[in-house]
Amino acid sequence: MSPRTDITLTVNGERVTRSVEARRHLVDFLRLDLGLTGSHAGCEHGVCGACTVRVDGEIVRGCLVLAASLDGAEVTTIEGLTDSGEVTDLQDAFVARNAAQCGFCTPGMVMAAADILRHHADADRAAIREHLSGNYCRCTGYQAIVDAVAATLEARR
Amino acid sequence: MKWPSFGYMRAAGLPDVWRALAEHGAAAQVVAGGQTLLATLAFRLSDPKLLVDITRVPELRGITLTGGMLRIGALTRHAELGRDALVARHAPLLAEAVPYIAHPAIRNRGTIGGSLAYADPAAELPACVVALDAVVVLVSAGGERRVPARDFFTGLLTTALEPGELIAAVEVPVATAATRSAIVEVARRSGDYAMAGLAACLSMDAAGNVVAPRLVCFGVGNGPVLAAHAVAALEGRALTAASIAAAQAALAQDLDPPADLHGPPEMKLHLCRVLTARALTRFLPAAEAAA
Repeated sequence: MSPRTDITLTVNGERVTRSVEARRHLVDFLRLDLGLTGSHAGCEHGVCGACTVRVDGEIVRGCLVLAASLDGAEVTTIEGLTDSGEVTDLQDAFVARNAAQCGFCTPGMVMAAADILRHHADADRAAIREHLSGNYCRCTGYQAIVDAVAATLEARR
Repeated sequence: MKWPSFGYMRAAGLPDVWRALAEHGAAAQVVAGGQTLLATLAFRLSDPKLLVDITRVPELRGITLTGGMLRIGALTRHAELGRDALVARHAPLLAEAVPYIAHPAIRNRGTIGGSLAYADPAAELPACVVALDAVVVLVSAGGERRVPARDFFTGLLTTALEPGELIAAVEVPVATAATRSAIVEVARRSGDYAMAGLAACLSMDAAGNVVAPRLVCFGVGNGPVLAAHAVAALEGRALTAASIAAAQAALAQDLDPPADLHGPPEMKLHLCRVLTARALTRFLPAAEAAA
């Protein structure tokens, strides 16, 4: 039972090696060990979605993933997604429609919305709401967020 | 809240798991997708000294069709279950259940083995495997044993798993052209645990009579509840408004739901009756013709 585990993984295209405590979850690993503070730690028990990031191409709750388990994994955070340009149009739509208010949920919301753009190009408003149902926003009432995603999907068609 | 301090070990195969469990006993806790366990750690509801990560154990992976049974490895994630072609064809009830389970980000990590082992009474997959008359394959250092799903869930959050045992797989009898299955539930918000739910599986014989129906309610007891009286009300009868009503009425003898945050026992019984009609109506010849 080792208190620390050595991991080597790819984060936003960069190879990183660290020794992590077993109790370190992925969000704290990103924020505290790598200085990537775009992913937010909200509820820290898997309910709010503010910590949504991609692991091996699929979105996950960063607070429900052991950093120690990620040896060999490929992690993409909101910083990497932004730099890639994959969702520039979506982010512009968020701004245009005022889909961020306090902004705490926004990185997780964009990560989850990017998943819709990738996997569910034909999503209607109900499907968008369903897909974002695990991401809480306490400010906007969701309407502007759904508008932004729907507008981006429409523009890409 | 941050997790408490614990150790971590990544198992490369089952022998690693047996060694860790032998050495650490009850202080060791197996973790797969972690979507329940890691949340309970944040709440200090469990206190393992060592997490044994089984996600890279090859023996617990894969979905295969053998001898009329679909074998689904314990490490199969909910998202995989939802998009697997073999599951869609041979155990469509499981694929239909997936959108009800939590949210996409959680479905990408959570596993079928984890869901069955945790045995939340409001969870979908435990009810589904009972409805499908599946077999849970358990493995330990001593070998494998098979437990019918209906005997696997023994009480609130408890199962037939013995210390030192893991779920290796679930074996589901494959659906035939005569099989009908459905899962329906009522939840306050999308992705929440169900206030009440129903997984149903039955066959229709050539004469249009119901054969071997299995109605399993969830969210209304200590675990999945096989509704024996409702099942008896359907067995061998034609599926009609009358036989559906008989099954609904019989549910009063099958269910003794505890009151919970959602409402009183009467409300849960009512919801199960509504869900029974909702599921069975889908199998009426006219409904199938219209679909």
